[in-house]
Amino acid sequence: MAKITELQVNGARCPIEADEATPLLVVLRDQLGLTGAKYGCGEGQCGACTVLLDSNPRHSCNTPVGKAAGHSITTIEGLAANGRLHPLQQAFLDSGAFQCAYCTSGMILTAAALLRVNPHPSEDEVRRFMNGNVCRCGTYPRIVEAILGAAETMAKNKS
Amino acid sequence: MSANLGPQFEIEFERYELSAGLPYHFELGRREFLKVFGGGVAVVLIVPRAEAAQESGRRQRGFEESMPAEIGAWLHLSENGAVTVFTGKAEVGQNIRTSLTQAVAEELRAPLGSIQLVMADTEKTPFDMGTFGSRTTPQMNLQLRRVASACRDLVIALAAKGWNVDAKGLVAEDGEVRDPASGKALSYGELARGQALAKAVVAEDPLLPASAWTVAGKPLPKVNGEDFVTGRHIYTPDVKRPGMVYGKVLRPPSYGATLESLETSAAAAPNVIVARDGDFVGVTAPSEPQAEQALAKLEAKWKTVPGPSSRELFQYLKANAETGGRGGEPFETGSVEEALKSAEARLEQTYTVAYIQHAPLEPRAAVAEWSGGKLTVWTGTQRPFGVRLELAEAFRIPEDRVRVIVPDTGAAYGGKHTGDAAIEAARLAKAAGQPVKLVWTREEEFTWAYFRPAGVIEVRGGARADGTLTAWEFHNYNSGPSAIRTPYEVPNQRTEFHPARSPLRQGSYRALAATANHFARESSMDELAHALPHGGMDPLEFRLKNLKDERLRAVFQAAAEKFGWGKSQPAGGHGLGIAGGVEKNGYVATAAEVAIEDNNVRVVRVVTAFDCGAVINPDGLKNQIMGANIMGLGGALFEAIEFENGRVLNNRFSKYRVPRFRDVPAIEVVLLDRKDIPSAGAGETPIVGLAPAVGNAVFHASGTRLRSLPMVPNGLKA
Repeated sequence: MAKITELQVNGARCPIEADEATPLLVVLRDQLGLTGAKYGCGEGQCGACTVLLDSNPRHSCNTPVGKAAGHSITTIEGLAANGRLHPLQQAFLDSGAFQCAYCTSGMILTAAALLRVNPHPSEDEVRRFMNGNVCRCGTYPRIVEAILGAAETMAKNKS
Repeated sequence: MSANLGPQFEIEFERYELSAGLPYHFELGRREFLKVFGGGVAVVLIVPRAEAAQESGRRQRGFEESMPAEIGAWLHLSENGAVTVFTGKAEVGQNIRTSLTQAVAEELRAPLGSIQLVMADTEKTPFDMGTFGSRTTPQMNLQLRRVASACRDLVIALAAKGWNVDAKGLVAEDGEVRDPASGKALSYGELARGQALAKAVVAEDPLLPASAWTVAGKPLPKVNGEDFVTGRHIYTPDVKRPGMVYGKVLRPPSYGATLESLETSAAAAPNVIVARDGDFVGVTAPSEPQAEQALAKLEAKWKTVPGPSSRELFQYLKANAETGGRGGEPFETGSVEEALKSAEARLEQTYTVAYIQHAPLEPRAAVAEWSGGKLTVWTGTQRPFGVRLELAEAFRIPEDRVRVIVPDTGAAYGGKHTGDAAIEAARLAKAAGQPVKLVWTREEEFTWAYFRPAGVIEVRGGARADGTLTAWEFHNYNSGPSAIRTPYEVPNQRTEFHPARSPLRQGSYRALAATANHFARESSMDELAHALPHGGMDPLEFRLKNLKDERLRAVFQAAAEKFGWGKSQPAGGHGLGIAGGVEKNGYVATAAEVAIEDNNVRVVRVVTAFDCGAVINPDGLKNQIMGANIMGLGGALFEAIEFENGRVLNNRFSKYRVPRFRDVPAIEVVLLDRKDIPSAGAGETPIVGLAPAVGNAVFHASGTRLRSLPMVPNGLKA
């Protein structure tokens, strides 16, 4: 089995050592100390492990690290730019869009991918896009509110 | 209710008796405080023994050996003005770190940013029974308020002494004491400087009335929210210790299986350790994948035992039920038989609820470390001191050699009362001679964590033609006694809880059996309303006709008004339902609108009215009520554990459906803020109205009465 020795994470080249089949999640958490991505199910059903691969949301729990090598990986730790929270992070704070917050990293990264391809989603589009992410505490309405709020902020920042 | 309900109900018992006054005074461990805090002002709250010592007669301690058992919480004001508050409660997503900080800020009149809470660390915080039963707000919130107000009085007294003025003329505000007469002001830090004060307070200090709250009662964002949106917060599965290795546990193929033989040679590899202790088998390795590989290479032979399946569950529970004994005496008044004979409308029905899993997104996990004969365990649990005792018993060491630390946890919902993962990790760490991290897989969660009890509920009811209830009989088999008594006025009643032998390991779940009992009762009330002569009676009118409790009437009326109950007919294929009740001093009524679409039930709109006394954090409270309704949707509509011969068949999220974004209805919350009534907890009770309201709405829409939770795991059959 081929060994993977480097990943491109949050804009930096990170040396690692893993078999290509090792889940990306395990490498991020245990080798790179990026524990913002969470294990929730191991089968891509809950979205707690979501990271961005070239700006697309991926379940890192069932993405082999070999498939991630050579791509640009963004984790929740890399979302804030220049010490400023991403508008989605700020919106989640402002809306109180969490209880236990174990799902929050995955929610924010999935939402970031949504707003990249659809900067002005309707409420229903948000629900459809986010449906693969589980919040067991049931804060869904506030998460929708936060995402719509962030979309507004980002539109304002652009203009 | 008797506490004597047998082992599986031991942890469900959670009603304490409050007793006033102190039986005796003791010397406060002042020296120990000052050793730890190094000066400043410390205030300790003394909890009367009867309230503190409820856990099965087990002794309890906090703060190592030096601290007496009666301490409920304490607060330290340092010489630089930093306030640290110590409480044994755990943050599991209910946002009590925020609401408790808010309570302290309010009474101490100090900025939120100056206050830090140290929670659920058995070596640092005082003993606490556990974080369950919605006790934090009615109890700990009040206790911390007392501690904080005492500290405020102390700093005011210090200022008064320093300025040689009457304390009554001084004002404490925003972390400083001011003298309006002279214009002098000193910060709390300046006042604490050079002091070594330790004061004990009991429950009698006057508190601000709820109407005078300034910070409390207003929405407040999560105090450490930024740690969560940036991924910085360290949950138990994120804890890393020097030299730490990863553990995995070999699970039996089915419940009750015993290990006959184990062949480990294929798993042998450098730095892989296999541990066997009776039927417990586990491995450790330098990485999680290596541990998984080693586990897969173990060759174990198990002796299995047959067990019932979920298909015959309800017959099994009835056949294995007890009457009297562990279930306590039945509640009986009048004669149900006589009243039923003369009733003009009758009901006799059976309702069932399935086993379900809490499925918190953070699975059970622990990091265990032995050092110098002492064990430290990080784990997500609602009972840090209970888990400490479990660990001490498991390893036959004194409790003061065990420290349990609970990082703010990825939810629990009543499911994390035990220390399973903690004990396993500690056993593996002992074998490995290194710290061990153990994180349960989702499949392990769905099989080896305890379940919300399944149950069978039989109801008989009778009413006169004018809608007056005359007879009520209610038997709950296995699911539990919470909220089992009807809040309606009925002269002839018989209510009984029958414990049964449970085929699955069962324990607490958000709101306990109040969900099952409300489902059965509020569905029955609906059925009775429709069964009345002359075309039945409006279900809300029928309830109000038989209800005297003013607070319950008020939430029913508030929910109905917001919902527009009785104002208009729903669209075709839609139906409306209402249900409510009272539990743990919380009064709830929920109205729901459902749509039947292609034989599926979609909940369109929910209105919940809730009264838990004075509202402390309306924003957090609304979040809890919405969350409870959404969580409740799962158990109401589709969540159920399927099992056969001691194996869980649907042990993954791909096979066990939980509520998702697209399942969520429009939810409106009406808060009845009763400033004149002490706050009750609110994390649980709001869940109980949803299932019966939805069931009643489905009947309204389709004429089909659904009497089993979940109601539509496979859609609505025609």
